[in-house]
Amino acid sequence: MSVLVDNIDLFWEGFLRSLEIIVFALVGSLVLGTVLAMMRVSPAPPLQRFGSLYVALVRNSPLTVMLFFTAFVLPALGFNAEFFWLGVLGLSLYTAGFVCEAIRSGINAVPAGQAEAARSIGLTFGQSLGQVIMPQAFRSVVPPLGSVIIAMQKNSAILGVFGVGGDLLSVGNRLISAQGFAVSVVFLGVWVGYLAITLPTGALLGLLERKVAIVR
Amino acid sequence: MSTSVLYDAPGPRARRRSRIISVVSIAVILGLLAAAAWRLGQQGQFSPELWSPLFWPGDDDFVTVWGRVGTGIRNTLLAAAAAIALSLAIGVAVTTTRLMLGRGGRLPVVVLVELLRGTPVVVLIFFSGKILPALGVGLDTFWQLVIGLTLYNSVVIAEILRAGVAALPRGQREAGLAIGLTKRQTLLTIQMPQAFRLMLPALISQLVVIVKDTSLAGIILTGPEELLRIGEQLRNFFGNPLQVAILLIILFVTINVLLSRLATYVERKLSESRSKVSSDLDVDADQVADATTADDRRTDAGDASGHGRRVRARPGALSRRSPASRPTQSANSVGPDDRRAWRTTSPDNPGG
Repeated sequence: MSVLVDNIDLFWEGFLRSLEIIVFALVGSLVLGTVLAMMRVSPAPPLQRFGSLYVALVRNSPLTVMLFFTAFVLPALGFNAEFFWLGVLGLSLYTAGFVCEAIRSGINAVPAGQAEAARSIGLTFGQSLGQVIMPQAFRSVVPPLGSVIIAMQKNSAILGVFGVGGDLLSVGNRLISAQGFAVSVVFLGVWVGYLAITLPTGALLGLLERKVAIVR
Repeated sequence: MSTSVLYDAPGPRARRRSRIISVVSIAVILGLLAAAAWRLGQQGQFSPELWSPLFWPGDDDFVTVWGRVGTGIRNTLLAAAAAIALSLAIGVAVTTTRLMLGRGGRLPVVVLVELLRGTPVVVLIFFSGKILPALGVGLDTFWQLVIGLTLYNSVVIAEILRAGVAALPRGQREAGLAIGLTKRQTLLTIQMPQAFRLMLPALISQLVVIVKDTSLAGIILTGPEELLRIGEQLRNFFGNPLQVAILLIILFVTINVLLSRLATYVERKLSESRSKVSSDLDVDADQVADATTADDRRTDAGDASGHGRRVRARPGALSRRSPASRPTQSANSVGPDDRRAWRTTSPDNPGG
């Protein structure tokens, strides 16, 4: 157990690094995902097609392949950035596909009558989407979006092993392989670290869900 | 489609506008693609020696490469199959235990499920690759991967099944108990089989997640040669990351789209065999109209219960609806309104 106590600052650094990845990827994927969802419900068929093609590709291939793409292919094409940002970019691009679907399902969960009513009083597409559909969609989107976000937090662990480094899992890896500490104790530290991120998020989202839920 | 709800059938002005938007967006997309292609051309990414070992059957290395790729596909599928089989078995056991025990007794199970669910699957795979050898369990890396996947997915599947049981009409359980079955018998012979059927699409989309997650095997030092590892080897040998990435995406997407097709097919079969039971069922015209819109919206919302089978309208036949058919119907509709089902069965979960 002394491994945990002695290296608590290492674990703490790793924890912060993981949080950093998560926050950037959260912002990136929410923005990209919302844009994609807008594309998919827009009246322009090419945008719809592009959106659905993107979602189909992303949802059916692993995050590791996306990271393989951003981490190896982009630099080979002359797009150089710090590895951290390549990783965050990959995680954002991947999660955006799922965010898009969550938001779209929220839009679809708004009863048709709402859109019809909005249209019948003469609101335009933009107005009915922005003032009638979206405010309601965001509420019913909380549960699915929440599970996407939690999954993203867990997926952030993959970045560390892919070479971003410094996050919780790679700290664990270093302690085991370089310094030969007992595996199970290190595991406990890493496990608790991730639970300290995912469980509170889950609880928060549950609260939020109850707060904004609308009874239909 | 859902989108038609958002705007009217377009008039001349709207059509013109949407044509303009379409043309502009096509131009933008094509422009981006052209820029990317130009960039690729500049980098010499179109030179045939980067592509032909992977995609051109006439190439000297093609047979060797695809032999390796075949190994990768086999290992990926084998690992996924083993993980889903184990996860199903454990998942059923966990759900049964949880539902059989009283409030206090099930606490440890609930805690364990929540803890495992909140852990990244990659962490579980990593440590099953480290802890098992440290404990002196001499399994090869394939099984280390499978165990890591199973630890995570068995609790996910347990939750899917629990959502399925919860979504069943209460009458099913009550009827079981009423005819004198024990709680366990009711659960295993009446509730579980139905929950299983109800959640089959969700289970298959979990299989898609598992297939994707096998690519995490790379984290185990000398992990099994699944698709991603083969890809790494190819990249190292030919030095063509872009082409390998494209190949990997094609392979994974093909496998997973086929699996999703299977899910849709199975689902349709199930709903067909269900509707055979209630094929005499007739609904009046208003209800058909209501039901079809509701169905469209539901399948769009990512819910798996697309019983979009249209019932022939026969006015005035409402009285022939037998109350017995009701459970079948509601058992089929785990709509997005069912919060619990949403959280666990949404195929939109990025896995991991």
